[in-house]
Amino acid sequence: MANTAKAQTRFRDLAIRYGFLVLLLVIVIFFTVMEPAFMSLRSMVFIFQSVSITAVLALGVTATLVVDGFDLSIGSVAASSMMTASYAMVVWGLGSVEAVALCLLLGLGVGLFNGLLVVVARVPDLLATLGTMFLLLGLQLIPTAGRSIAKGMMMPDGSTSTGEFDKSFLFLGRHRLWDIVPVSVIIMLALALVIWFFLEFTRWGRVMYAIGSNELASRLAGAPVSRYKIAAYMISGVSASIGGILLAARVGRGDVSSGNNLLLDAVAAALIGFAVLGVAKPNAFGTLVGALFVGVLLQGLTMMNAPYYAQDFVKGSVLVFALVFTFSLTRAARR
Amino acid sequence: MSASPLHQTAARPVLQPEGGGQPQGVLKLEGVEKSFGANKVLQGVDLSISAGEIVVLMGANGAGKSTLVKIIAGVHDADTGSIALDGVAFNPSSPAEAIRSGVCIVHQSINDGVAPDLSVAQNLLLDRLCNGETGFFFTPGKARKEAEIIAATLELDLDLDRPVRELNLADRQLVSISRALAQNPKLLILDEPTSSLSQREAERLFTIVEGLRASGVAILYISHRMSDIRRLADRIIALRDGRITGTFEKPLNYEAAVNAMLGHGLLATRNQAGERGEHLFEARDIVLKNGSAPFSFALARGEIVALTGLVGTGKSELAECMFGVRKPLSGAFELLAKTYDPASPGEAIAKGVFMAAKDRANSSIIPGFDIARNLTLPFLTSFSTIGTLNRRRENQSARIMIDQLDVVCQSEQDMLSALSGGNQQKVVIARWLSQPSRVLVLDEPFQGVDIRARGDIGRKLRETAQERATLILTAELDEALEVADRILVMSNHTIVGEHRTADLDMDALLAQISGASIIVQQAASVSDAAHGN
Repeated sequence: MANTAKAQTRFRDLAIRYGFLVLLLVIVIFFTVMEPAFMSLRSMVFIFQSVSITAVLALGVTATLVVDGFDLSIGSVAASSMMTASYAMVVWGLGSVEAVALCLLLGLGVGLFNGLLVVVARVPDLLATLGTMFLLLGLQLIPTAGRSIAKGMMMPDGSTSTGEFDKSFLFLGRHRLWDIVPVSVIIMLALALVIWFFLEFTRWGRVMYAIGSNELASRLAGAPVSRYKIAAYMISGVSASIGGILLAARVGRGDVSSGNNLLLDAVAAALIGFAVLGVAKPNAFGTLVGALFVGVLLQGLTMMNAPYYAQDFVKGSVLVFALVFTFSLTRAARR
Repeated sequence: MSASPLHQTAARPVLQPEGGGQPQGVLKLEGVEKSFGANKVLQGVDLSISAGEIVVLMGANGAGKSTLVKIIAGVHDADTGSIALDGVAFNPSSPAEAIRSGVCIVHQSINDGVAPDLSVAQNLLLDRLCNGETGFFFTPGKARKEAEIIAATLELDLDLDRPVRELNLADRQLVSISRALAQNPKLLILDEPTSSLSQREAERLFTIVEGLRASGVAILYISHRMSDIRRLADRIIALRDGRITGTFEKPLNYEAAVNAMLGHGLLATRNQAGERGEHLFEARDIVLKNGSAPFSFALARGEIVALTGLVGTGKSELAECMFGVRKPLSGAFELLAKTYDPASPGEAIAKGVFMAAKDRANSSIIPGFDIARNLTLPFLTSFSTIGTLNRRRENQSARIMIDQLDVVCQSEQDMLSALSGGNQQKVVIARWLSQPSRVLVLDEPFQGVDIRARGDIGRKLRETAQERATLILTAELDEALEVADRILVMSNHTIVGEHRTADLDMDALLAQISGASIIVQQAASVSDAAHGN
């Protein structure tokens, strides 16, 4: 009797731990059977590329979720970063290094601003970052009077811009290493590795998890909670600005409306990540797998001729499923 | 559940006076068993409580008290066995159903019993609001009137319009108890109701409970406090490892009951006084609150000092000042003869002043972490190289502390939240003992801890006390007497007395604690508990 009960608990634990990965595998096999081209290298690379920007943003938002915060401004930070890079190169004629540095500074600055709103002004995180989101969405339109930025564009004062996108900048979005792996995928994987290592294996990451789990207890254990929270928002801001750089480098123009879907996709990936490995908490590995999960599903369905307008529905379904998995199954098992 | 639902369909009038002399059992449990996974928590519990009787349930942490209560309250189902309420099979599937049948519970964790953002009045009516008795239109005026009636019957002396979040723990507890009483329960279960009440407030609770007994309510009272038990118990039931190990009728033999609960008698854990070295810590002319008198004290190497006083007299505020959470209004601290003015807990820890705050669930435990990671949290720097943590060293250190404090667990990688209250508290204490400190402040370290765990913790504190000064804050005189060499008494945010435990003038001490307004009977029971040990 006791043995079967034990075996049952073990099975349940295994199911919770690996259930999501097994499901991912099953889906991959299913698509491969239905559409053998799905397994091709080209198709795999496409999946990674399609989720790279989303995943970069999602990794940043993971950091804020770890300290029990939330960053709604990532989408507009990415968009602003894209506009900043474009403006710096096309209007000011700056080089790619300066443009990238400006974007990263913007990300850090917005992160700091969010952090101060939450920690010093004590605005609830959702509201603070919602405000920042709105602010940036408006701000990025002002310098160009609402126009998109491209080579030879007309400026608000009637003159024509003189600069253009730097070749080495476009390299970030368009180049493929060994003619197959896009640079953006490498950046995504590198960032995932860094954030994963930071959260799982460093004492700073440990303290961030502690703060997310019980803020008061962490403070009474000596953690400088405010500084950690601000740092989390800065990580999120910088990741979002990297996402914006990659987006600008891919499309090669400062498009006012791109980046619309980034926020929802990134948040969904991070939340789906809760379910991966059944840990029921934000984690970098889960976030990456969450983003890929969505990518695999969309790629497979597209290859099977599912209409593009069904994509958001598919993402929503995965998210709801993952959330139910996280909050009912894993929580029940913890009792 | 083996009891068939047939019984429920055959529900008959409840009380049948035909039995005459025999008291009617309000609640009757027979052969109740419950397992969680492979863990047998209850192994055949028989229990009955009659109307107008106070049954005290004693049991160490992990003995199965909470599970038993949860089964009666409809939170868990029993695996086997039967429960009857007023002679009718009783299998509540939810707490709401249990409440409707007249079984009310006041839980130990106070914040489970109140809705902090609602006013006192709304809290008192919460159950009625929730089950829809009040109808669609329930105007604030009407609510207020009903709440006033409830408050008047229960002699609840609080501002009904204040949100509960602004009340201190003791007042919240009273609200939570009053809420249960407002239901007119047949059976009232009180789970360590006095653990955060001052003596005066506890006295008020006792009066209410005695009133309920007189009006025919059956009461199951769970407590570790001997003074509560002596005051209230009609019958004592001892629970150990999921079995009832003793039932004691009047005249009650308390020592036998403690013995049945622990498996051994209450050991005198008092150790001889520690070697008292030089002053490590000094506080000069500290003022904690506007208008309170300044006070000074010193803590010496090797001694254990208890700071005692009623709940809400400023003990925790002093501890928070020492730990850098807040600043005193005036006055200064010295650590090793140097000015000590910590700006944050982090700085205090860096200087060797550690504090385990009271109310461990909120202020100490990281629920998402296992035992090892809870233990090492304040000292991560010493477990990492260039920021990278060494899990193996963490686990090793955790295993040593688990061993030293006898924490009952499978391994250091168990989730802390899976342990019983006493073991959780041991882990909290172990955290601050795992690294050497100069001053160790423990705020209510024995709250919700059974006698055995309390003994373990006290012994361990004494063993490790030589190199530091230890300050223990407790509202419980028994605890202070048990562990301390010296007792400081706090009243109205200032220190009003100092005693050596070795030659204690109990009457003077009690007078200082109470500001001379203490109830005579309490004093008698406390002092006799002290001498009894």
